[in-house]
Amino acid sequence: MSAPSAELRPLPTPHWDEALAVEIIAAHAGLEGACLPVLHALQEEFGCVPHEAVPMVAEALNLSRAEVHGVVSFYHDFRAAPPGRHVLKLCRAEACQAMGADALSAGLLGRLTVEWGGTTADGRLTVEPAFCLGLCACAPAALMDGEPVGRLDAAALDNMVLEARRA
Amino acid sequence: MMRIYLPQDAAALALGAEAVLRALQAEASRRGVVLDVVRTGTRGAVWLEPLLEVETPEGRIGYGPVKAGDVAGLFDAGLPEGGAHALRVGRPEEHPWFAGQTRLTFARCGVVDPVSVADYRAHGGFVGLEKALAMSGEAIVDTVKLSGLRGRGGAGFPTGIKWNTVRLASADRKYVVCNADEGDSGTFADRMLMEGDPFCLIEGMAIAAIAVGATKGFIYTRSEYPHAVRAMRAAIVAARRAGWLGDNVGGSGRAFDMEVRVGAGAYICGEETSLLNSLEGKRGVVRAKPPLPAVEGLFGKPTVVNNVLSFAAVPWIMAHGAEAYAGFGTGRSLGTLAVQIAGNVRRGGLVELPFGLPLRAVIEDWGGGTASGRPFRAVQVGGPLGAYFPEALLDTPMDYEAFARAGGLLGHGGVTVFDDSVDLARQARFAFEFCAGESCGKCTPCRIGAVRGMEVMDRIKAGVQPEKNLAVLDDLLELMTDASLCAMGGLTPIPVGSALKHFPEDFDVAARAAA
Repeated sequence: MSAPSAELRPLPTPHWDEALAVEIIAAHAGLEGACLPVLHALQEEFGCVPHEAVPMVAEALNLSRAEVHGVVSFYHDFRAAPPGRHVLKLCRAEACQAMGADALSAGLLGRLTVEWGGTTADGRLTVEPAFCLGLCACAPAALMDGEPVGRLDAAALDNMVLEARRA
Repeated sequence: MMRIYLPQDAAALALGAEAVLRALQAEASRRGVVLDVVRTGTRGAVWLEPLLEVETPEGRIGYGPVKAGDVAGLFDAGLPEGGAHALRVGRPEEHPWFAGQTRLTFARCGVVDPVSVADYRAHGGFVGLEKALAMSGEAIVDTVKLSGLRGRGGAGFPTGIKWNTVRLASADRKYVVCNADEGDSGTFADRMLMEGDPFCLIEGMAIAAIAVGATKGFIYTRSEYPHAVRAMRAAIVAARRAGWLGDNVGGSGRAFDMEVRVGAGAYICGEETSLLNSLEGKRGVVRAKPPLPAVEGLFGKPTVVNNVLSFAAVPWIMAHGAEAYAGFGTGRSLGTLAVQIAGNVRRGGLVELPFGLPLRAVIEDWGGGTASGRPFRAVQVGGPLGAYFPEALLDTPMDYEAFARAGGLLGHGGVTVFDDSVDLARQARFAFEFCAGESCGKCTPCRIGAVRGMEVMDRIKAGVQPEKNLAVLDDLLELMTDASLCAMGGLTPIPVGSALKHFPEDFDVAARAAA
């Protein structure tokens, strides 16, 4: 088979560093069932699972590229491209719904003019859905850059987003 | 010196515990008071968080919910002596919300320093494991059987029987896997225990390993739980250093060690066979059973797979005896249940209760009714695959069989309350949407059925040929129930069907438009 044409090739991952990827993969490849730990470690470094790393992971774990791609694409967490500088995970599950999460998130996405998983035009904020953060007794809840926030309302959410986009 | 206990459970952090800590430090240094802050888990009263406690000669005195702005006032009121203040709740264990509970599994949660082995020991920790190390595997399994402990993940399978299957299997290697992939909305007991008393889970898994002859354990938890992951990993390191994990568990010459693995946002990985595939580094696709994981589990080896709360119940059972545990509860649901009160409720949190209390007591007595102050309308028990119950079913006792008879399931004990603003047709549609998004795709009824279900619900909600579409919906529910490979597709009909049965008015668009 001939190589795919240039237009079909995915864009290079920003800050891609092959040597670093080799190091990360090697650090976790010896674990039992190493694939998820390797992919998490890559995403931790690059903000996504770089497509450049997929054949390297396959080689290191004695898997086919298709198998690794299958794993990457199965799990919601693994991103194909790096997120914005800050990541807001908003809970959309039932306990948060019972406290008005649907309207809250619809309002925010509308004001930011992004879709779920999208990043604001200034590249500062990515808004991702979560289905339960275990903060169901202080709903609606979110994780802002990994920090939990509970009993959100529109004003608190807007404030938090404003602060994050400034920083 | 003033010793303060302040939770760092994710829910306390979500409600401003860090800001309270900063205010405490600033105010203490302004007043020349030396602070000794112990970070604990939560006692479970999320409605009182952040619940700050100060050590006094009369014991620990709690104040909550504290905001950073309250701190100066607390000092003015004599915080170091446990002085009177509007936020003072007194000794937490004497507060009716706590005093009415039966805290076995969660006895230490919110009380101890979660990463201190010494503190865990001082509160009765590792007594169960010490006893187990002096017993045969068969005797441990018999104790667990006799306690009546059933899997707390939702299926309610007798834990001792599962362990015995693994014990009797012969293999060069066996595993103990903890299912900490707590994805059900309305549940947070696993998270709370892992953050507040991680050694309890370690001890329970170690007892299981000793009983069945396993040498390696995994805790599979969620990426949405970064605080639990950190607490668990720190506790494993501390337990290993103290000799409770490793090549010589508690000086017994037996080997057992464990590690934490983090999922990647797939709800289906809470299904045990999907979890095992994920642990092996594969797509989280469900496996057909048999073979049972107890016979061919992780990497094809005999594997105990239990929920966090099943393992965490075992140290108490070993320490206090099977009969003592079986003395709580009702019928075939013995021991205690960690009930998690969530959603639109005034006093949300975790209460540990013997099985058998009516659902109404949980929502009204502990929960205090809706947070919004609007009338109660529906409650979903058991997560996204649990039934929506109306007011008329609130007298259902919290036990496995009673819930099954009422057309629902207890699941992991999550109770999500909704007020009268809820639209049950919308919730039914969401159940299909969630199933469509989270289906592993292996079986057709779940993969395709969920998508068809969304479409049918959209037509019903739009008032398109409602009778015909309701007939299609009925067919679909029956098919998914009977033909799905696992509980994901097989139980999605529960929330949909219960919403339709108990709240038919929400599905009748013509009537609603006329009203």
